[in-house]
Amino acid sequence: MVEVSFLGPIQEEPISYDVSNLKELSLILKKDERFSKWLENCAVALNDEIVYDLNLNLKDGDKVTILPPVCGG
Amino acid sequence: MLEIYKGALEVKEIESRWLDLAISQNCGAFIKFVGIVRDENSIEGLSFDIYRPILERWFESWQKRADENKAKLFMAHSEGDVLLGQSSYIAGVLSPKRRVALELIDEFVEDFKASAPIWKYDLVGGERIYAKDRSTAIKGSGLLA
Repeated sequence: MVEVSFLGPIQEEPISYDVSNLKELSLILKKDERFSKWLENCAVALNDEIVYDLNLNLKDGDKVTILPPVCGG
Repeated sequence: MLEIYKGALEVKEIESRWLDLAISQNCGAFIKFVGIVRDENSIEGLSFDIYRPILERWFESWQKRADENKAKLFMAHSEGDVLLGQSSYIAGVLSPKRRVALELIDEFVEDFKASAPIWKYDLVGGERIYAKDRSTAIKGSGLLA
């Protein structure tokens, strides 16, 4: 299982998904109306490292983080 | 040095401590940027969420870059509510040379705005309203869309 956390204004509790890569996760989240509207503007981190490749494989225990647009300061 | 505080920053205490370090390390330039919550759009203040694991990595990568120029970076930021006239953000660069510090503070603060995992909310009528229009999508956003 992969735990997915939704940060900042998305305001949803973490959810565990049985997925083996980011493509599978994308398909699930795109169908979920809680998350679909956010995805276009969200960055993705795998184990706290921002990633840029949708083909990345996921393994049991991985942590995926969804980061909406930021504004510090 | 990265410092996160609950609520508003004690600017004078933080600056004083950083300045003491500047003097003790025989550095000729210490430049700081202080962000203050200002009265606009009828807000009562701002509020912030922070994701520390990625913020710490982001800061470390900037410190490595600063190390190449013998500079040291400082940052303090608030978590939670900060009211009008209070400070939520201080960035500082300590360097033996003036030019290095001036250039680094500019790049560091700009990338902070674009990349640091911090979310801002306006405080209006006691509610937190996400500052969506003032926020920036992190580089690489849309991967899962």
